Amino acid sequence: MSAVLFIFFVLAGLAVFGAAALILQSHPIHSALSLILVMLCLAGLYLLLGAEFVAAVQIIVYGGAVMVLFVFVIMLLNAGEEERTNFSKLASPFFGIPLALALGSLIAVALLRSTTQLPSPAAGGPLTSTRDLSKLLFSEFVYPFELTSFLILVAILGAIVLAQREHN
Amino acid sequence: MVPITYYLILSAVLFGLGVVAFVFKRNIITIFMAIELMLNAVNLAFVAFSQALGKTDGEVFVLFVIVVAAAEAAVGLGIIILTARNRRSLNIERVDLLKL
Repeated sequence: MSAVLFIFFVLAGLAVFGAAALILQSHPIHSALSLILVMLCLAGLYLLLGAEFVAAVQIIVYGGAVMVLFVFVIMLLNAGEEERTNFSKLASPFFGIPLALALGSLIAVALLRSTTQLPSPAAGGPLTSTRDLSKLLFSEFVYPFELTSFLILVAILGAIVLAQREHN
Repeated sequence: MVPITYYLILSAVLFGLGVVAFVFKRNIITIFMAIELMLNAVNLAFVAFSQALGKTDGEVFVLFVIVVAAAEAAVGLGIIILTARNRRSLNIERVDLLKL
């Protein structure tokens, strides 16, 4: 087994472990920490695939900003252990898990079928340089790029409007 | 060399676990985190396909997905704070105004 394959299996195992821990933990702060583990592993996988810029953005934006926001809200709301009702105890093992497994395998089969025409060599190839990425982003995808700035502006306004106290 | 199919299978597994968390968890914040997990799984498939096809387009899409996820987190957590303030609970089953 080559070193790259070994690293892939370590990172993939950690990512699946983190995702499973997100489900099994009952306290939201533990779930949040598991999700940070998944995101860091995915950043490592992006590096393995040669997508260096995406890996950096993944760590800074997801592992940093978004998850800090989550942890902040969990602490602000003083969220405790989640309470389970009778319906959720009954419904999730009998309907939720089988249906989710069916969906996951359906996606896997669809993805695998679609890759039969693909060239298989993937990782370890030439790095996609940040220069190529930025050239594409500011030429071909410049209108979507500008639209995202508008989206962020609307999101900021929405967050301010939602979070302000009512005056009455 | 890692075959592209390994990445795609990992992506599907992570997405499935995200769906399980979405239907299984009762805490509104954890459900929101499950959505982020599903977005991450899709991002992995994007990068893997982009690398297999030798095109950079997939990585640009990943950047857009990350931007949308960040905006969604800001607005969604605002809504969660409002809901928690009004209902005095984070349990999703207490938020049932839209249920028949």
